[in-house]
Amino acid sequence: MNDIYKDNIIDHYKNPRHFGQLDKPTVSHEEVNSLCGDRIRMDLKIENDQILEVKFKGVGCAISLASASMLTEEISGRKLKEAAGIKRDRILEMLNIPMSPTRLKCALLPWEVLLKALQKYWKKKL
Amino acid sequence: MIDVNKIRQDFPILSRKINGKNLIYFDNAATSQKPESVLKTIDDYYRNHNANIHRAIHTLGEEATAMYENARNKVANFIKAARPEEIIFTSGTTASLNLVAYAWGRLNLSQNEEIILTVMEHHSNLVPWQQLAFENGLTLKYLEIDESGTIKADALEEIITPKTKLLAITHMSNVLGTINPIKEMIKVAHRHNVTTVIDAAQSVPHLPVNVQSLDCDFLAFSGHKMLGPTGVGVLYGKQKQLEKMPPFFFGGHMIKEVYLEKTLFNEIPAKFEAGTSPIAQVVGLGAAIDYLEKIGMDNVREHEKALTDYALSQLAQIEGLTIYGPKNSQIRGGVIAFNLHGIHSHDVAQILDAEGIAIRVGNHCAMPLHTALQIPASCRASFYLYNTKEEIDLLKKGLLKTKKVFL
Ligand SMILES: Cc1ncc(COP(=O)(O)O)c(C=O)c1O
Repeated sequence: MNDIYKDNIIDHYKNPRHFGQLDKPTVSHEEVNSLCGDRIRMDLKIENDQILEVKFKGVGCAISLASASMLTEEISGRKLKEAAGIKRDRILEMLNIPMSPTRLKCALLPWEVLLKALQKYWKKKL
Repeated sequence: MIDVNKIRQDFPILSRKINGKNLIYFDNAATSQKPESVLKTIDDYYRNHNANIHRAIHTLGEEATAMYENARNKVANFIKAARPEEIIFTSGTTASLNLVAYAWGRLNLSQNEEIILTVMEHHSNLVPWQQLAFENGLTLKYLEIDESGTIKADALEEIITPKTKLLAITHMSNVLGTINPIKEMIKVAHRHNVTTVIDAAQSVPHLPVNVQSLDCDFLAFSGHKMLGPTGVGVLYGKQKQLEKMPPFFFGGHMIKEVYLEKTLFNEIPAKFEAGTSPIAQVVGLGAAIDYLEKIGMDNVREHEKALTDYALSQLAQIEGLTIYGPKNSQIRGGVIAFNLHGIHSHDVAQILDAEGIAIRVGNHCAMPLHTALQIPASCRASFYLYNTKEEIDLLKKGLLKTKKVFL
């Protein structure tokens, strides 16, 4: 029936990886999806252009939280350039579920948070 | 009591399958479905009578004008307005409320004067006043809800001051279902010379409303929530208010005489209906009112009350489910907002959709209310005259299934 609620989605939703917040993040950013009240915040610890640590926190549906959890796994330890180069299709590939336009917003919210956090970091560094 | 099975046959969309299941439409607070008679009326209007209205000396123009004005009479009669000129056609509740805010509010509200609203308002009865408050330096005051999601008329008495000039309040909450004691509140307001604006988007479609007995100054509602088409709504205003109120949209039809250096405006209601009106939609709204009157608004209300009682008792049996708003259907319409503990409302809606059940999730254009309830979002099931107890049973089943997916 529900192709969306695959085991791995439910697993990431119930046991989100990298959930919480960092003590002294180099940069953090939060975005809200005002349509449904979802809210995702991401803390990054960055050194030598590398993401040493990442944590996220937020309220949201299974899709947005699973997406955040998967994304943090994906970027942890990666170079900033690589993280910034993650394409939207990669997010959809990780989730690997049928996606209606409304749910797309949920799925992509964490990715937007990441990109904005990186932009913020680079702006600050300049 | 009404014959639901017979009614259901009048609504073609109810025979649709969604994901292989019979459609269960529980999103009526957002918009209602349309009966065959409304669809046919609109079709017939375009096929046989279509013309622009007013000032036409040809047969079609005269027919279209008569149909349009006849719908105005139907609306006036439906809400028991004293005269049809008190009915202004707009594009919907939002447009009606903005019209009052801009045309009446700008002229009548000045620095430091107060508007009283409630925390349960739909954004369309909040943001226009808030913007006006910024512009004119007004103060907004909000009536809070108690634990049962209601507001008492006494609470109004307590916060009114000599500076209060306007009370803008919803008749029925689109989230909590709460039916506010507006008749008493309007009485209190008028005792203090406070003008009253009623958001009746959720009440006019579902219960008998009598504007003369309420004695409100303005009242707004939408056609699409009461079996009519989108694109048409109503602003009711007392004649003396509308006559004093300056027009807001300027252009054709709202004028009497135009000179290069000045313009004389038309009488009400034309003064507020500049440009070509949504003629087919107005005519369609007339057909919707015919349909509702044939069923009887008392019967619609009774049916929905029974559904609400049933749903409240059934949903309360689901562990971890919180229902917001009053538990007493005497003061509650057929709107039930709830949350399943630990499951986001989006996920609930998605799983129900797979069962053919349409509910709405999010903040339902009432973000301040959700903030007051300390929840980011809620699920909302809302009923109409074609819904049944069997559908509520299936909703319950769907919710239990949802829990199973997540727990
Ligand atoms: C209580 C209430 N007020 C106002 C509105 C706005 O109505 P519309 O979108 O038709 O202008 C709605 C419906 O969305 C509502 O439920």
